[in-house]
Amino acid sequence: MKPAPFDYVRVDTLAEAADVLAQSGDNARVLAGGQSLMAMMNMRLAQPTVVIDIMHAQGPRQPEIVRNRLRISAMVRQEALCTHARLAQEVPLLAQAVPWIGHIQTRMRGTVCGSVAHADPSAELPLVLVALGGQVHLKRGRKNRAVPARDFFLGMMLTDKGDDELIEAVDVPLTPPGTGTAFREVGRRKGDFAIVSCAAVVRGATTRLAVGGVNDTPVVADWKDLTPDNVAEALNTFAWSLDARDDLHATARYRRDLVRRLGEITIREARECAD
Amino acid sequence: MRRLSADETHVVRFRLNGETVEGRAEPRMLLSDFLRHVLARTGTHVGCEHGVCGACTIRINGMMARACMSLAVQMDGAEITTVEGLAPVPGRLSVLQAAFRRHHALQCGFCTAGILMSLDTLLQAEPGADEARIRDVLSGHLCRCTGYRQILDAAVEAARNLRKETRHA
Repeated sequence: MKPAPFDYVRVDTLAEAADVLAQSGDNARVLAGGQSLMAMMNMRLAQPTVVIDIMHAQGPRQPEIVRNRLRISAMVRQEALCTHARLAQEVPLLAQAVPWIGHIQTRMRGTVCGSVAHADPSAELPLVLVALGGQVHLKRGRKNRAVPARDFFLGMMLTDKGDDELIEAVDVPLTPPGTGTAFREVGRRKGDFAIVSCAAVVRGATTRLAVGGVNDTPVVADWKDLTPDNVAEALNTFAWSLDARDDLHATARYRRDLVRRLGEITIREARECAD
Repeated sequence: MRRLSADETHVVRFRLNGETVEGRAEPRMLLSDFLRHVLARTGTHVGCEHGVCGACTIRINGMMARACMSLAVQMDGAEITTVEGLAPVPGRLSVLQAAFRRHHALQCGFCTAGILMSLDTLLQAEPGADEARIRDVLSGHLCRCTGYRQILDAAVEAARNLRKETRHA
């Protein structure tokens, strides 16, 4: 339960971090809040030979609004979302989901971008990002690119990010008025990994449900004209379309059932918010 | 930019419970081990070493943190508080610690240092924290002796006493 040896690099800017990554290639890992990476290193599931600490780099520590989107830079800790006063107005789904991330002790260290980079299938932040049409801003050397969150998550802890790339920021559109959102999750204990998590976004006649914890990545379903009469059937079809599997924590059948029941509750709550 | 090589030890200096401390650490040394083995401050306990149990919880720059999920070299220049920093003077317990004693909020004591650090940080930041909020913060800790009831009672009483103290100040 101790990390394997590595060189430690403390950078002053994200550009420096990108340079070190480019030089070190697939042996280097970016260390932000460390709430996923350090556990992986302690268990030797990750054995980088270079660890690049970006938490002393210049840059925003709070989310900020840039061109009608809430931009969350690499050094923004998860707890900074909780203390961002207008979050419930700007992006209510984020405000609803954040309390479900780990525990306060890990949110006070862990970063938003770090959770996105880790891409755990049951993590809340990737789910919210996908549900809201978020983007991931990547940096490789001097080159930047933005990837829609929907295309970023490729598999279990597998993303479109190259080994020599780092996440500079993520962003989500500000939620327009009249949009209702809700977030729900079922786990064995508070703060535990979700067995199933649901994020719903209702806008006019359109309903979106994003589900985490079932497939290797968040899955989105969009419906037009979903009514209280046909929602059960729609969710049943959706539940069967997922790749639910048995594991130590829950059976595939229980997961499908959670998608149906939790999904319906989440959609209903989102609709009530929208009205 | 500063690069510390894997196979050497490096000076790490930070503020610990109000005094400047320093020691040498390889980059891979965890903060929990640095506190216990290099600085000989064994008040911080080490349980699961992957952030789940909460035994090693300390305060880093005013925020609750797992010492096992941080590296000693990351802490250069930081302000850290551990359970050794809670008592106002040697031989006198803090309000929270005294409430723990009164309510028998510990048995074996393994989880206690971490729980005290979380609750102390909470009550400093949110003196009005109610039982629901305290429960929320406690969910980040495992205790196998008490069943949590006594811990909750102690924390609620400490919050009340601290509010009283502030009013009279």
